Amino acid sequence: MSRPRTKRRPIRWHIVVFLAPAVLIYTAIMIIPLFGTLNLSLFTRGEGNTREFVGLANFVTLFTDPRWSGAFWNATWNNLWFFIVHMLVQNPIGIALAAILSSPRLRFAAFYRTAIFIPAILSFVIVGFVWRLILSPLWGVAPNMMDAIGIGDWFSPWLGQESSALTTLALISVWQFVGIPMMLIYAALLSIPDEVLEAAEMDGITGASQFWKIKLPLILPTIGIVSILTFVGNFNAFDLIYVVQGALAGPNYSTDILGSLLFRTFFGFQLQLGDPHMGATVATVMFFIILAGVSLYLFGIQTRMRRYQF
Amino acid sequence: MSARANILRSSAAHAILIAYTILALYPVFLVVINSMKSRRAIFNEPLALPTRESFDLVGFHTVLEQGNFLLYFQNSLIVTLASLFLVLLFGAMAAFALAEYRFRGNLLMGLYLALGIMIPIRLGTVAILEIMVAANLVNTLTSLVLVYTAQGLPLAVFILAEFMRQVSDDLKNAARIDGLSEYRIFFTIALPLVRPALATVAVFTMIPIWNDLWFPLILAPSDATKTLTLGSQIFLGQYVTNWNAVLAALTLAIFPVVVLYLIFSRQLIRGITRGAVK
Repeated sequence: MSRPRTKRRPIRWHIVVFLAPAVLIYTAIMIIPLFGTLNLSLFTRGEGNTREFVGLANFVTLFTDPRWSGAFWNATWNNLWFFIVHMLVQNPIGIALAAILSSPRLRFAAFYRTAIFIPAILSFVIVGFVWRLILSPLWGVAPNMMDAIGIGDWFSPWLGQESSALTTLALISVWQFVGIPMMLIYAALLSIPDEVLEAAEMDGITGASQFWKIKLPLILPTIGIVSILTFVGNFNAFDLIYVVQGALAGPNYSTDILGSLLFRTFFGFQLQLGDPHMGATVATVMFFIILAGVSLYLFGIQTRMRRYQF
Repeated sequence: MSARANILRSSAAHAILIAYTILALYPVFLVVINSMKSRRAIFNEPLALPTRESFDLVGFHTVLEQGNFLLYFQNSLIVTLASLFLVLLFGAMAAFALAEYRFRGNLLMGLYLALGIMIPIRLGTVAILEIMVAANLVNTLTSLVLVYTAQGLPLAVFILAEFMRQVSDDLKNAARIDGLSEYRIFFTIALPLVRPALATVAVFTMIPIWNDLWFPLILAPSDATKTLTLGSQIFLGQYVTNWNAVLAALTLAIFPVVVLYLIFSRQLIRGITRGAVK
């Protein structure tokens, strides 16, 4: 049963058999619908149940028609703010925790990282409701605890106020996911070889300056990966908003992001009927935003980053 | 560095980590202890542990009587396990083909499959629903299994291919000389050797499937096919003023995930730190 080793090989069927199931399912359920959605955004519902090609008219409607553009730009800016909060709060905290965790001879490190990661495995339904209860003025847990440390006057029903609801939701999401950047950066810090750190110590670079001058430059590629993962995750988020504020992303759409806008556009809500073509248009815009972010990372940032091989 | 400075630094490190651990766990802990208290105790002393007077399981009774939680749990379990099995099997097969054989289009195929790591499958929802309607699969668990399999494959292939490349060639060539077919080599040599990587991929694949709300809401919202995540979302929405029931439902939802996590956490952490992501 030797395999023929002539120059022109016959088709090796086992390669086809190995690849076929994965490629077929992936293509049929992921790639084709993705392009199907992009395609659908170029059409609109015509007379009867026909599809009418309208080119980019749906996008023009979405960006400029007052019935759509207000909601769309509101969701886009909210989404951007959602992302900015994650970048400014989640990732620095993740890096700081990872740096502390990776300090040598730290006891209970395994316990800490297991415990801090727990919120990341819970579903949005659990996390959303837990925080809804805790921040509820009805239950009074949050105001009581703030009273105990003397800042009780600062409490207000953050989730119910237009000015603070989005930031509060972003912080809840940060609370949930801080374990992920922590773990990835922790792994990167552990992979820095001891010789490098010993050499730094010989030169008198220790403690905080060792972190800033030696470790941080070495983990920059991982920070890049964490940032792009955060970006994709945030511009695709939906569940937390839906669980805490409902499909209407209240109060008064102040927590509406692209994911919840897509859901409402596609399925309709209250009096507005669902519209698959405008839904596809929103999804296409999300696709290009994510694509732009990923390309910027791949071609603009990743290739310029210096990598060190040990 | 003096010994005293060392102690000072390490206690500062512990203080920060303990503070953060409390921040991460206390909200969950609060919900769990209050789920076992009477309604009055929940409101009067929310921070207290349940005592003999305040202990009350009325919330759990409501949940178990009113909700179809056993069915939802079963649905979630079927969907998660079936998708997981397919992702691991098909993912490992494709990874083996990409790592083992040199053929035209190998690199291109790898890139094609990796595309799905960065682009979320959710963006194709509109067309996925159309396909499922056409195939008469709406409100079936099959539709969810198909979507989650497609969603999990890209990352699984990417990670597993990395590990498949490390399987020794000598071993496989020896097997070929002994006349084993390529399929036997995959199942009896390559697959057992990448078992640790399979476990890692399993955990990464499982968590988002179990927790997903989007696709159950869109593809299978009927009562017979609700997953636990969707079922609890709807239950919580309906019983929002019944605090005992809400707290009990949350506790029941938290419990299985955390137990599973504690069992697999070493695997998960080893998987991340092993450096699939560098």
